[in-house]
Amino acid sequence: MAVTSTKPSERKLPRRNMNQQTTSGGKGGGNNPHQPNNSGGGHQMTQVSSSERYRIGMMVGIAAVLMMFVGLTSAYIVRALSPRKDWVSITMPSILWASTTLIFISSVTFEAARKYLLIKRFSDYSRWLFATAGLGGAFIVLQLWAWRQLAAQGVYLSSNPHSAFFYLLTALHALHLLGGIIALGYLVNRALKEKVMDEELYQRRIGGVGAARMYWHFLTVLWAALFGLLFFWK
Amino acid sequence: MLSPDGNENQTMISENSNDDIDGIERAGRPRSSQFVRRYIFTTNHKVIAIQYLCLSLFAVVIAIVLSVLMRLQLAWSSVMQPDFYLSVMTMHGTLMIFYVLTIAPQSGFGNYFFPLQIGAEGMAHPRLNALSFWITFLSLMIFLSSFFIESNVIGSISGWTAYPPLSVLGETKGLDIWLISLSLFCVGALLNAVNFISTFLRFRKVELMKLPLTSWSWFTASVLSLVVFPVLLSAFLLLFLDRNAQTSFFIPSNIYIGGQIVESHKGGSPLLWQHLFWFFGHPEVYIAILPGMGITSHVIATFTGKAIFNYKSMVTATVAIAFLGLVLWGHHMFTSGLNPNLSIAFSILTLAIAVPSAVKTFNWLATLWRGKIVLKTPMLYSIGFVSLFVTGGLTGLVLGQSGLDSAMHDTYFVVAHFHLVMGASAVFALFAAMSFWFPEMFGREMNETLGKVHFFITFVGVYAMFVPMHAMGLVGMPRRYASFEEYEYLKDLQTLVKFVTIAAIITATAQALFFVNLVWSILRGKNTSAEYRL
Amino acid sequence: MPKSISDFGATFDRQFYLTMIVVGSAFVAVQILLSVLVWGSAKEKSLNDSLRVEIVWTLFSAIVFIALAFLGQRVWAELISKPDTSEVFKVEVTAQQFQWNFHYAGKDNLFGARKTELINDAETNFIGLDRNEEKAKDDIVSSVLVVPANRVVELTLKSRDVTHNFWVAPLRFKQDVVPGLTVKISFKPTRTGKYEIACAELCGAQHYKMKSYLLVVSEDEAKDLMLLSQDEFQTRVGKLLLGTPSS
Repeated sequence: MAVTSTKPSERKLPRRNMNQQTTSGGKGGGNNPHQPNNSGGGHQMTQVSSSERYRIGMMVGIAAVLMMFVGLTSAYIVRALSPRKDWVSITMPSILWASTTLIFISSVTFEAARKYLLIKRFSDYSRWLFATAGLGGAFIVLQLWAWRQLAAQGVYLSSNPHSAFFYLLTALHALHLLGGIIALGYLVNRALKEKVMDEELYQRRIGGVGAARMYWHFLTVLWAALFGLLFFWK
Repeated sequence: MLSPDGNENQTMISENSNDDIDGIERAGRPRSSQFVRRYIFTTNHKVIAIQYLCLSLFAVVIAIVLSVLMRLQLAWSSVMQPDFYLSVMTMHGTLMIFYVLTIAPQSGFGNYFFPLQIGAEGMAHPRLNALSFWITFLSLMIFLSSFFIESNVIGSISGWTAYPPLSVLGETKGLDIWLISLSLFCVGALLNAVNFISTFLRFRKVELMKLPLTSWSWFTASVLSLVVFPVLLSAFLLLFLDRNAQTSFFIPSNIYIGGQIVESHKGGSPLLWQHLFWFFGHPEVYIAILPGMGITSHVIATFTGKAIFNYKSMVTATVAIAFLGLVLWGHHMFTSGLNPNLSIAFSILTLAIAVPSAVKTFNWLATLWRGKIVLKTPMLYSIGFVSLFVTGGLTGLVLGQSGLDSAMHDTYFVVAHFHLVMGASAVFALFAAMSFWFPEMFGREMNETLGKVHFFITFVGVYAMFVPMHAMGLVGMPRRYASFEEYEYLKDLQTLVKFVTIAAIITATAQALFFVNLVWSILRGKNTSAEYRL
Repeated sequence: MPKSISDFGATFDRQFYLTMIVVGSAFVAVQILLSVLVWGSAKEKSLNDSLRVEIVWTLFSAIVFIALAFLGQRVWAELISKPDTSEVFKVEVTAQQFQWNFHYAGKDNLFGARKTELINDAETNFIGLDRNEEKAKDDIVSSVLVVPANRVVELTLKSRDVTHNFWVAPLRFKQDVVPGLTVKISFKPTRTGKYEIACAELCGAQHYKMKSYLLVVSEDEAKDLMLLSQDEFQTRVGKLLLGTPSS
């Protein structure tokens, strides 16, 4: 790097060619292998498979959803621990045992669907996936039934802190589950439409199902945690 | 490649391509849909970055106008009603913190350069990237709608901190809009954070310890975002419910307001809101400043012709600031009625974070030592950053001590502190980034002379605006006051207040230089010689 | 800063000036160094990466900052300490939108009970004092905080509606007044005079007008005042306020 004089006005920046590393910028000076802009149309991120992308995206996304529930759970715990002049525990609707069972079964059916996908039994795969979505839907219906049971007792969102958290946490969980059901619906739809499955598509399908699986099991475990919190910490 | 229905599908190709900005002719397609595909619903990270930057520019202009309005009221009271003043103040703060300082450094410049610096071909989830922009755009539109729904205020009056019970019981409809728009913002920010993190973890081709410091800052800031924005979202949900569904997360019993006892709320805790909010709020300021620190390192290294001094410890300091930043939130609550023993811990941790910040400053100085310094505009802004960050950061040592904070809390001393670090330093980093990366982004150069003039006026201007505020705070001038006429002991400060207002008007006007430079250079700037800089 | 009027103020000022010396020197040193380095000329031998240098200044900053932090904790400890004497002048403070209410125990040194249901702004019963109760008969409620000099004063802070903050700048401390919480804070005023009370937590549109006065009087004056009736108290305090110049 030639510097002809030391006067600030006459100093030149080192010329950086795009694919060279000069000594100056080696560490943190911003000099890095940089793909030229015109790498051509249709250039895909082929180095990393799309199923890897789905997986990592889903894992990070789950972390975000988890943090939200952590925030709400902390609020619950703080509220539960503070002088509880108005903390009335609601009786948890018994239907919740049923819905909890259903969601656990849905995780099992999901695993079954995935196993079938891995051994390429596509019609069984889509059938079990459909069953999982169905169980998820049934879970939500039962949650709504639980809400109705509470409303019938006169317990609403604003009745007491426990009920407020109950409605809020179950609603948020159900909303996220609905997202999962929609995703499963998409996957089932794809499975039904695909008559021909080539290897690349198959890998992408495995990737998509893998991501959905993480999400689904996360929601099952999350429900177990929320259930425990609402049921036993009051 | 084959799409699932077996057809050659060019749409799918372009969705994954990050280069369609360079003009891939699709024969037979009408022009308007090309424009729409290329600039509106693009998934190209560079275009999305520019979309984000445009959004921030739009927001910052509005926020600057609001700040000038505030200053006019403070200098010459009776310019506006007090509740109007409070709404202007709230909108100013919210716009600046969220739509400018969270967006521009990270989703703007980060989206553009992060993939390039780490050797990825684009962001990991291009469509998610586009989605997160449009969600943020929608969020801003909803946010701005609160300007029009009430006649006497332009939105919420509770400050950007929206403390209950005031924000539940004493507020206008503007706050519901505030909550909805910012909840959307949280979602957009989270999706963007997911993108950054995924890209870093799976698409990085450059060795970790050879990454530019900007990449480290963007990654660290996005991890912070991932952890804290969901907590903000949960706080918003709870506040929304308290306001609209008569829940009592934050409202205690026995409140007498508006001539009657409030029956519908009981047993909640206003402090709970503060904990949730500041658990987000403190890391948020690090999310705002870390990319700026990265950019400063980047620019200083470039314009001294050498690598940043002690790169490894800069990385360590960045990560340390991020981690420590998560456990300091209580220093916003020293006077809040928080358990005083917790305050001890928060106070000591707060002063501890000054250590990595000081380390960074020393390293910048060491990089400058005997460097072959080229004083082009980006370098000037970065040096300005160091100066302003030191000034602003040092007052943190006063505020971080719980005993001293008791006198300074909610005074102009705090206003001076956060404006110097966020309003001045972080913004200078944005100026540096824009002028530094302009050739790379637009193939042209910004005008140096205009840049230097803008730098000098703004640099002097921000010092003129915010240094006097320290004095005001020490005398005892409180924050969030629409006027100081009521108080005898503040009367002598009125000249200083007017001085600050004049400085603000001049500095705000001088920003036109930057905008003019920016727009003109994009359209007609000198074509740059091929010194592409990442 | 205005002259300190409490004993806490002295502790505060010491730590504050110490901090300002550290902060001030750092500020001057860094800004000068920055300017010097920027205008300096390039030499062949610039600084190579050095772990030793890094450790030196990291340790240096750590020691200075942590020392400041721990020294600062002594100030905090004094602020949060409970008064160790029984000779405490107690005042119950109720903040509301947008005024301060100070409740004194009066002759019998006992505070009357307060109930939210009894609040009646029209009849100026802002704090819901049960005037029929024995203990409350001699209680005084005023918008002015009158305290004796050189005695420990303990304020019990409550809010009627939203969060406020009790602050008198020359006292050097402030405290949020949070509904649902009762916070006690104590101090010993050392100078007589009239000082303005400002609310320091945004409480609504009139937040900037929520002003009152702290009147520090002599011990004897305070004793006399506590023996007066509500109306006599208001009159006397009114006269004192007019007569005392603002500090």
